[in-house]
Amino acid sequence: MEKEKIKVALVGQPNVGKSSLINAIANAKLHVGNFAGVTVDISEVNTTYCDPEGCEEYEITIVDLPGTYSLNDYSMEERVTKEFLLNEAYDLIVNVVDSTHLQRNLLLTAELLELGRKMVVALNMIDEAEKEGIEIDAGQLGVILGVPVVPVSAKTKEGLEALKQKMVEVYKKPQTESKIIYSDFIEEEIDRLVAFFEERHYPSDIPYRHLAIRLLKEDTQIYKRMHDEPIWIELLPILREALDHIYLHSGKKDIKEIFADEHFAFAKGAKMEVISTKQMRAKNFTQKIDNLLINKYLGIPIFLFLMWGLFQLTFSLGQLPMDWIQAGFDWLAVETHRVLGDTELASVIADGVLGGVGAVVSFLPNIIILFFGIALLETTGYMARVSFLLDGFFHKFGLHGKSFVPLVTGFGCTVPAYMAARTLKSRTDRLITLFILGFFSCSARIPVYVLFAGAFFGAEHAGNILFLIYIAGALFGLMAAKVLRVFVFKGEDDPFVMEMPKYRLPSLKLIYHVVSGQSMDYLRKAGTFILFASVLVWFASNYPKNPELEKRFEARIEQAASPQEKARLQGRLQEELLARSYLGQVGKATQPFFAPLGFDWKLSVALEAGLAAKEVVVSTLGVLYSLGDATDKGIQALQDQLKRHVTLPVALAFIVFVMLYVPCFAAMAVFKQETGSWAYLAYLFIGTTGVAWVFGFLTYNVVKLLV
Amino acid sequence: MRLTELRKGDRGTIVRIQADPELRNRLHSFGIIPGEELEVKGCSLARQTMEIDVDGTLIALRKEEAEKIEVRKEEDA
Repeated sequence: MEKEKIKVALVGQPNVGKSSLINAIANAKLHVGNFAGVTVDISEVNTTYCDPEGCEEYEITIVDLPGTYSLNDYSMEERVTKEFLLNEAYDLIVNVVDSTHLQRNLLLTAELLELGRKMVVALNMIDEAEKEGIEIDAGQLGVILGVPVVPVSAKTKEGLEALKQKMVEVYKKPQTESKIIYSDFIEEEIDRLVAFFEERHYPSDIPYRHLAIRLLKEDTQIYKRMHDEPIWIELLPILREALDHIYLHSGKKDIKEIFADEHFAFAKGAKMEVISTKQMRAKNFTQKIDNLLINKYLGIPIFLFLMWGLFQLTFSLGQLPMDWIQAGFDWLAVETHRVLGDTELASVIADGVLGGVGAVVSFLPNIIILFFGIALLETTGYMARVSFLLDGFFHKFGLHGKSFVPLVTGFGCTVPAYMAARTLKSRTDRLITLFILGFFSCSARIPVYVLFAGAFFGAEHAGNILFLIYIAGALFGLMAAKVLRVFVFKGEDDPFVMEMPKYRLPSLKLIYHVVSGQSMDYLRKAGTFILFASVLVWFASNYPKNPELEKRFEARIEQAASPQEKARLQGRLQEELLARSYLGQVGKATQPFFAPLGFDWKLSVALEAGLAAKEVVVSTLGVLYSLGDATDKGIQALQDQLKRHVTLPVALAFIVFVMLYVPCFAAMAVFKQETGSWAYLAYLFIGTTGVAWVFGFLTYNVVKLLV
Repeated sequence: MRLTELRKGDRGTIVRIQADPELRNRLHSFGIIPGEELEVKGCSLARQTMEIDVDGTLIALRKEEAEKIEVRKEEDA
């Protein structure tokens, strides 16, 4: 039998336990729905309900809309939620309400009621409210709101079946009018407009009362729709008069504010009527923790310690499986060569595909641990405190308090850092953070720094140089943020007004959903791009083939007297081959671009190959300076070669360039995914390369003058 | 007086909000509305941000936003 399908829009303010509720209702997996033009993820989940009386089965699809405090177009989430509620097809709204913050939550409920859709209110966290000594008369609240109210708890699973049952009941019933009653002076005007429509028998697909309210609220959609109708001419003076009356009575000139006041009066009134015992008992728990965690002096040290712990975990615990994965892929590559022989197919699979995919997969342990930590910090309510503590400092640079987490993550790896920027709710804050993240040197650049710092300053100073590089990068990032805020992403600052949610122990299931979802996302999207990119780099460095050269060298290698001579020739061959490959040709062609910085074609090629991944810079230099793979021969030999061929000003300019230009293909792929725009990726590429060039140029020339 | 003039532990009543409609709506949706009572729960270094309690909800505000909220301080009896 075909099941009847019900589509439910789940709406609620942030931190009301919407995600927990949806996870508790449906045991099935959350999946992200595709909605055009939406960069905020909207997830959907399916569940079934069997009506025992009618013996009917229902398939309920619940659309989890982003949490929103009101329908004001304030943030991206609010816009997404509002657009969905107004324009998409769905059968009913389930409004999730936090029982422990009833009044504030009812403000949104009032706005939702004005949409005139079928609705059920889920009074979530009812167990917590009881613990806090708050008793809510759900039946009475239902009477006041005019829609069914079901007390539920995602934690204890109480009321979940009842909620589903109510959804089906409401779905089957015809549309009912919202019961919000406004102040007399507004009701009068509503009546007047309704009377006017009745008199004209105006054909309307929405109830007259609802139409009148939306007209009074200056709802642009309704205005646009009615603007071209003949009735508009007659309606206009009546409407204008009605608004004038309302302004006169309220003493205010802003209709939005007037209705906000109405909602507030409604919410407050409703709360007063349904909450019987008002005894604040358990609230001290959050207060006590806050006294410590956001303490003026202790707060920041505690936070830094926690972050330090998280990064230690990420990059030390993550290192083990990372090595295993890398070893696994290396083994696969070797096996591929063994099985397929010395063929092109073996080369493209082993060196191209496995190399690239291996790099992506090997980041996975880091990403999982980091996401787990961030999800934990976020769901417990701690992240909001962090923003509170750090906003003062970051705000000076045009960043948001929450930018801290992605920025610090950037020191580890830019890929998860881009994804960590999702915690930023404002799009401007997020874009600025994404743009400057590359300046925070990731760990993959360490080999390059170590190589050059060791060669030119000696191993004993390398540590200090490394530290200086990191600080310089971070300062660059902060300055860049300021510049972006002042010149590019202009406009007034986003106000910093946010809720500090109560501390909660998150459910493992919820964290599992968040982490697994984000990890799969990473694998899927970064994986496909890096696959393409690594095959491209493989191709560029292996083609065109040069059999003549190979034959000539092979002959000489055959005749070589000593094993050392053989190895030297082998290296020479690789160098010559790479020089003649497309990558080498590109390097030579672009060398004029790098000439003002003092780079020869070898350094240029290394930088371009470094687009694939920064580690590649070192291995490419190894090949170019006839050493084969530098990691085999030891870094010392390569450093000797560098000192012979490269001057100090050039070396410093090279370090600066590596510090500032884009991290790698994987990072670029994720950047594109997170910003959702190819244009932004182009800006990032051009912008960072430009900055790297300019500062490389300055470094080269200034140091040349000094030395 | 302005909200920024209150210290940790001070209580007061919101008198007026002098902000553009966008910010006012935002504050509204958090329950920061004239007539409501609030308590200052804490401030960060240099008073860049402050935490207030309005009807059981803890809200963090930046200095710039808190300045726009006019309050009447509740004098300790």
